[in-house]
Amino acid sequence: MDAAELDEILRTVRAFVRDRVVPLEAQIDREDEVPVVIRDAAKEMGLFGFAIPEAYGGLGLTMTEECRLVFELGYTTPALRSLFGSNNGIAGHVLLEGATDAQRQRWLPRIATGEVVAAFALTEPEAGSDPSGLSTAARRDGDGWVIDGAKRYITNAPVADVLMVFARTGGPGAGGISAFMVPADAPGLRVAPKDAKMGQGGAWTADVTFDAVHVGPEALVGGDGGVGRGWSTAMRCLAHGRIHIAALCVGMAGRLVDETVAYARARRQSGRPIGAFQLVQGMVADSVTDLHAGRAVVLDAARAYDEGSDRRVAPSVAKYFASEMVGRVADRAVQVHGGAGYMRGMAVERFYRDARLFRIYEGTSQIQQLIIARNVIGDAARG
Amino acid sequence: MHVVVCVKQIPDPAAPAALKPDTRTLDRSGKLILDDSDSYGVEMALQLAGNVEGSEVILVSMAPGGETSGLRTALAMGASKAILVSDDALAGSDALSTAKVLAAAIRRAEPDLVIAATESTDGYTGTVPVQIAELLDMPSVTFAKRVTTDGSTVTVERQTEAGYDDVESPMPVVVTVTAGVVEPRYPSFKGIMAAKTKPVDVLSLADLGLDPAQVGGAGARQEMVDVADAESRGAGEIVVDDGDGAQRIVAFLEQLKVI
Ligand SMILES: Cc1cc2nc3c(=O)[nH]c(=O)nc-3n(C[C@H](O)[C@H](O)[C@H](O)COP(=O)(O)OP(=O)(O)OC[C@H]3O[C@@H](n4cnc5c(N)ncnc54)[C@H](O)[C@@H]3O)c2cc1C
Repeated sequence: MDAAELDEILRTVRAFVRDRVVPLEAQIDREDEVPVVIRDAAKEMGLFGFAIPEAYGGLGLTMTEECRLVFELGYTTPALRSLFGSNNGIAGHVLLEGATDAQRQRWLPRIATGEVVAAFALTEPEAGSDPSGLSTAARRDGDGWVIDGAKRYITNAPVADVLMVFARTGGPGAGGISAFMVPADAPGLRVAPKDAKMGQGGAWTADVTFDAVHVGPEALVGGDGGVGRGWSTAMRCLAHGRIHIAALCVGMAGRLVDETVAYARARRQSGRPIGAFQLVQGMVADSVTDLHAGRAVVLDAARAYDEGSDRRVAPSVAKYFASEMVGRVADRAVQVHGGAGYMRGMAVERFYRDARLFRIYEGTSQIQQLIIARNVIGDAARG
Repeated sequence: MHVVVCVKQIPDPAAPAALKPDTRTLDRSGKLILDDSDSYGVEMALQLAGNVEGSEVILVSMAPGGETSGLRTALAMGASKAILVSDDALAGSDALSTAKVLAAAIRRAEPDLVIAATESTDGYTGTVPVQIAELLDMPSVTFAKRVTTDGSTVTVERQTEAGYDDVESPMPVVVTVTAGVVEPRYPSFKGIMAAKTKPVDVLSLADLGLDPAQVGGAGARQEMVDVADAESRGAGEIVVDDGDGAQRIVAFLEQLKVI
């Protein structure tokens, strides 16, 4: 895409986010729902398919371009991004990374327009940080499969049309896992009521259970060759997803810095703006510095991803740094706001709760540390 | 139905503006974007064209340096093509010469309906659209807040101080729309990509058969003789509420005769 087109896209998304979504943020959090008009506008704009290749009806952004777009999306409630996050991200990427061309042709164009909402179902009640131990099982049944098991905290499950389900088809460990595309209305598939969460109101997660769910042979991602390839597909999706989440953290940090600076200018104590106090200046400077560092780390990881030079360490570095970074920035934002920062109705109070998730999903900070260290230390890391 | 929309490309209002010291007119040498007030006209045109089969929305703009970025925004919203008049001889144009140039370009598009904003965000003369109507020998309806058409007549709710007038006019006609009357759509990503390949006809004065002596700086009858800072407003009065705050607000509003 040429620079002028990307600029126009970024300008459009920026206007949409700031003029249309920001004024609704508090309502979205309070009512735990993104209004249909916002979902429809996002659909019309093309936000459900920005990371899906043009050949399948998407926009085909590179990782670097996607990060710049996500910086804009991150400026408001993460519930906006969550509407189409799984379509572009982890769920849509399951098809890109693991599916046959026929499967891609069948699903991706509808995922790219938002006609179909896709969810990514890896985590289980007993398998979170280490999903290689997952126990949801798929066994052969004629030429199809029968799936039994349970998934936990699945984003968009309550609205999904199709779920990318990781299930055991072989022996224990990562090599025994395959990925399936399971229609949400398949008999035996049940989506539990949505979870009540600390933050990110308007973005929904739920448990999903599978009770003898029959699917045809076309449901196995990658066709017959897909048996046992679920784990490597999931890991490749997560590499992309981690950079995406890191970019989202940078977008949110940008908003938090703006809120912090505005308050430091406006709020007065002892007859002066609080921004005149050096200790407040120190917090502002630390947050601005964190924001710049986060943006640089994310863009560097995106460049390495696009080049193909590093899709292992850099995504984890970016996700680890940016999610911790936005946590610090949110904490300082509340601090600069004083008592007001602790009150419901203040944007920084809401973002403080929203930001907490980023250190947990798509691999906790500890898991990112393990990935980074194991990759650089090599065999010695295993003793 | 051919719906022509006059769109102005202006310096980004969010960026600091400067006046040219010699002519005291706005420096338009940087990147230009679609004037926000024209996005309402574009939206109105797209909605009207969508209701009459076989319709097409054509943009007409005059801008220095072959600037098309504002046009691309409107093309991305859904207009099908654009005519841009760009000629060095147009520097220093006043409202009437601008109207002459736009009228000549609009005539090429064989319009059934010409839509413009009531005024531009960077110039505010608010005179160009009616001058265009006069030059094209068309009726004009200004300050439209609602427009409908069947392809041969337009029905307009025309904003007035007291309310609105219902106006009906045969076509072709020039209609000016006020800001905020419709919600301009966000261009879709597909629209933005498609805009790149939509035709933009870039014309010079010679292409339009206009004499450089009659338009542009040479033909301008209007001259900016002086620019002065607006008088700065005095600070407002701060009233400390000593328990009589409500009464004082009421007294203030009464004094303004709003209650
Ligand atoms: C809002 C939300 C949305 C989500 N969306 C999805 C989704 O769409 N799809 C999906 O599949 N999953 C989703 N998840 C699940 C998420 O990815 C997991 O919650 C996460 O990976 C952590 O797993 P866990 O909750 O089981 O925690 P645990 O694995 O039980 O971790 C508990 C603690 O132990 C630490 N720990 C665990 N193992 C190690 C280790 N080896 N070394 C050091 N420390 C360790 C962790 O860092 C953590 O601090 C979502 C979760 C949330 C909260």
